[in-house]
Amino acid sequence: MIIAEKKPIEEIIEEIKDFQRILILGCNECVTVCEAGGKKEVEILASALRMYFINKGNEKKIDEKTLERQCDHEYLEEIRENIDDYDAIVSLACGVGVQFAAEKYLTTPLVPGVNTVCLGANEDRGLWTERCQACGSCVLAKTGGICPVSRCAKRVLNGPCGGSTNGKCELGKDVDCAWQLIIDRLRALGKLDDYEKVAPIKDWSTDRAGGPRTVTREDVKI
Amino acid sequence: MSLNTESKLEKILKAGHLGVTSECGPPRGSDPEGIKEKGKLIKDYVDAVNVTDNQTAMTRMSSLAACIHLKLMGVEPVLQMVTRDRNRIALQSDILGAASFDINNMLCLSGDHQSFGDCAQGQNVHDLDSMQLVQTVRHMRDEGKFLGGDDIKRPPKMFVGAAANPFADPFEIRVPRLAKKIACGAEFIQTQCIYNLDKFEEWMKRVEERGLHEKTFIMAGMTPMKSVGMAKYMKNRVPGMDVPDAIIDRLAGVPKEKQAQEGIDICVEAIQRLKEVKGVSGFHIMAIEWEEKVPEIVERSGLYPRPEV
Repeated sequence: MIIAEKKPIEEIIEEIKDFQRILILGCNECVTVCEAGGKKEVEILASALRMYFINKGNEKKIDEKTLERQCDHEYLEEIRENIDDYDAIVSLACGVGVQFAAEKYLTTPLVPGVNTVCLGANEDRGLWTERCQACGSCVLAKTGGICPVSRCAKRVLNGPCGGSTNGKCELGKDVDCAWQLIIDRLRALGKLDDYEKVAPIKDWSTDRAGGPRTVTREDVKI
Repeated sequence: MSLNTESKLEKILKAGHLGVTSECGPPRGSDPEGIKEKGKLIKDYVDAVNVTDNQTAMTRMSSLAACIHLKLMGVEPVLQMVTRDRNRIALQSDILGAASFDINNMLCLSGDHQSFGDCAQGQNVHDLDSMQLVQTVRHMRDEGKFLGGDDIKRPPKMFVGAAANPFADPFEIRVPRLAKKIACGAEFIQTQCIYNLDKFEEWMKRVEERGLHEKTFIMAGMTPMKSVGMAKYMKNRVPGMDVPDAIIDRLAGVPKEKQAQEGIDICVEAIQRLKEVKGVSGFHIMAIEWEEKVPEIVERSGLYPRPEV
């Protein structure tokens, strides 16, 4: 899923201080699961902002709503009839949701309430970690199911680099060396000999380098 | 052995001599005098001088520019290139630039992560990795073509090297990793600084078992310790470095003002021991900001005078 984390409230206040009528808009998908932008976080943020502005002697109208998804036309339409009731929307969706709303409601300022961090998994209570960078041409079949693109700080395709120490990355003891994980997994699979196959120079045109990416499926089109 | 390039280092290694290289870090400014001074100090004691490429991710004068300064004063440079800062266009372009000055040696590296340096907020590139950079230079030289497939007019004639760290983890793939670099085309190898001689010899034994020492020239990396503080720093703070306690104890056992000399002695003794190890083709002496000590180390290790080729 897409992992996000809450922006510091001071940053949100700075962006909305000049608006009077504000909608805090949550999303019921990834950001709910990673506890950054679901219904609960919308309530908490709205309450905190109300209190802040009342204390400043500048009470504002701050409403709450959480959509099923913000990356979907159908659900975003649910706020159309009330859109003119607001001077700005604080969206707690990922960057995709914020932009989709901005494209739909051209004259309403959209303020992101979270930082979109990565594609990752909920590894433990309160811990979300990256697993994919959507490079567009998956190499996992060759690397024991562990991704060197997203999990090696140097994206080394023929690793590990010389900085791997005791299974950890040169960045520090909190970061696993992706190549140690790959080698451990190849060994578990009985495929350690595959380590010596040289990974060819990668086609990065399917990654960020190729410009904004699209998937077109004629079989799915109406 | 037939020669692939005009490299002096290649000629010396292929003639069966123990090669000696050293290292110079370019300055953190535009004054070339420092690098020239370093070059002058070690010129007659080494076969070639590596010029580091923004090592530890600290911004410095470009390796290529510093190589040119050395080349123009008659020193044979080894252009170090990391894949951290340049994509395949810039790498190929700089290789041609270097070749236009007849810089004949290159060492291909991935480079320290930028978070260690002065631009921790910068992007890194890593379009290629170090092995793919080796492949790229060899492709340009041997096929005379760019990665994109077009012909190169006057292809670069580089003697191509790579690094090896016998001490990084996991140890079991350290030899397979070397094999992989050789398969990519690494003609010489310069190792990480060696302090744990037993572990290095164990690695060399495994290298020899696979006959890899016959497919590339392995130059043992040596860095003299200036003080017990440096030894502790290297042990605890530098990723992938293996400094046995015996080295630290030995340095700590002499008065502070004599530690530097003790460090040189340790280095010379290590070279003398490793000269006898089968498969060791030479030494890469990295006296970090201590280039003036290279002549003493080379002489005392019995590696002077350098052969004429």
